[in-house]
Amino acid sequence: MSRAVERTELLQLNEVLMLKDKIRSIRRSILDTVNLGGGHLGSSLSCLEIIATLYFLKMRHNPYRPDWEDRDRFILSKGHAAPALYAVLAELKYFPKEELATLRKFNSRLQGHPDLRTPGIDAPSGSLGQGLSIGIGMALAARMRGKRYRVYVLMGDGECDEGQVWESVMMAAHLELKNLVLIIDRNGWQLDGRTEEIKKKVPLMGRLRSFGWEAYTINGHSVEKILEALDYADHSDLPTAIIAHTTKGKGISFLEDTNQGHKVRLDADQYLAALKELDKV
Amino acid sequence: MRIIFGDTLVRLGGRNNDIVVLTADVAKPTNTNKFAETYPDRFLNVGISEQDMVGIAAGLALSGKVPVVAVFASFLMRAWEQIRNTVARADLNVKMVGTHAGLTSADDGSSHQALEDVAVMRVIPRMTVVVPGDRQEIAEATEAIVEHRGPAYLRLGRDEEPKLFEGENVFKLGRAVTVRDGYDVAVFSNGAVTSEVLAAASRSKVSTKVVHVPTVKPLDRDAIVAAARATGVVVCAEEHSVIGGLGGAIAEVLSTEYPVYIRRIGTEDVFGESGSHSDLLRKHGLTADHIGAVLEEVQRRRAHCS
Repeated sequence: MSRAVERTELLQLNEVLMLKDKIRSIRRSILDTVNLGGGHLGSSLSCLEIIATLYFLKMRHNPYRPDWEDRDRFILSKGHAAPALYAVLAELKYFPKEELATLRKFNSRLQGHPDLRTPGIDAPSGSLGQGLSIGIGMALAARMRGKRYRVYVLMGDGECDEGQVWESVMMAAHLELKNLVLIIDRNGWQLDGRTEEIKKKVPLMGRLRSFGWEAYTINGHSVEKILEALDYADHSDLPTAIIAHTTKGKGISFLEDTNQGHKVRLDADQYLAALKELDKV
Repeated sequence: MRIIFGDTLVRLGGRNNDIVVLTADVAKPTNTNKFAETYPDRFLNVGISEQDMVGIAAGLALSGKVPVVAVFASFLMRAWEQIRNTVARADLNVKMVGTHAGLTSADDGSSHQALEDVAVMRVIPRMTVVVPGDRQEIAEATEAIVEHRGPAYLRLGRDEEPKLFEGENVFKLGRAVTVRDGYDVAVFSNGAVTSEVLAAASRSKVSTKVVHVPTVKPLDRDAIVAAARATGVVVCAEEHSVIGGLGGAIAEVLSTEYPVYIRRIGTEDVFGESGSHSDLLRKHGLTADHIGAVLEEVQRRRAHCS
């Protein structure tokens, strides 16, 4: 049984409310971090609820022992959303929050894309399409050792263009890796435009199911829905894919569902406007 | 070469429970099927998907396992970006074995031959690159790269190899070995080519020092400089392009540490083609006869220079 299912509903409600509060401040911290150091703001904001729900309410992990052998693993296959992951890890005290200001700077432990030198990072990424393969290796190692840890891979929807993704989707189903969960941040955008205009992904859920996966579609900004889907995945006999529909640039109205925030530094006026909006939310 | 590799893997698997062997639908040709039969729960055939295979190996290594991936060298290069970006950047303990390297896929033609693999693996930071020369050395090199902590590439060629070494303890990671002494010309070679070089040297009037360099990276700089110093002219021979392989590595070292005339033997910036292995070796000058002719040419050049 998962932790979440064991919990009383009331307690869980309380935790969800607290997390939503926390997410508000993390969103603000991502804006500040990217404003200082640069990076992919839009896709960091689209997957924040997913990463935060995993780390605060779902995964077994220990910030004081990042290499704890029995921890659940998280792989940010869409490595360009690193600012979101760094902000969550800092909130959990994997490293001091002040370090966020060093993102992408020379000599920083916070590289432009996830790197093992950062405490709490389980796998390197930055080149798209590789995270699920790494996740298979980790899930397989758990099976070989009789360990109960679970492996979560967060991928972008644009990333699904990569051939390796489908090699690994096929392989995970073949191996029946039920300790492996894939979450796709379905924000509908990739660098050059709308995902469906660059290379059609629809029907994403149908494709995953036809490959032999359990698959759900959820609202990727709802902590409750994310948690519910992750809890379902605990009881699946197949690898589970969660297609999380999200909004690129979530929380900053003039970036929402546009590609402007793909990799951009806001000017002073935009930054102030964004701050105002995030404080309101 | 592959038979001894497969046998060695089985032996190492018995000693180390963490070794996991992966292949991409070539268990039989790579001889990893023996490991599969002996340790089925530590063997994974991923099907025809080299990129996924390297990624899975990375995940296993991140979980404390010692993955050994074995596929045709030419197809392992399909996962070069995965090797660079995921395995090497994170310094993961993944062992990559490229079989059928050089021209040894002979009649299969150039799609299956690998004449660029040493160059493109060598350029990756943290990578160890090993090209052993006979069965004993393959056994010891396999063991050495598995025990070494970090990413490594082992390059294997044809099935039957001439015997190069007597006895045991012939291989040490990072060490070049003088297998024949001489004072006119120094030849650096690796893989099965060393046997051809030795045959050429024993027949030649040119006094030839033969230095076998199974570890292309890290290179045994001291041994290479010492041999160049002793002879003053150098020949490099390998079943690989003359660009970027052992010859390239040696030219890089000697150009700064002891500049001498260097002649490289290998494929001259061309692809292979179908044919018997011996036909192809002859075409690309990797036979004892041609190497012998090069020794004389180089010796004449040396006489002019001095």
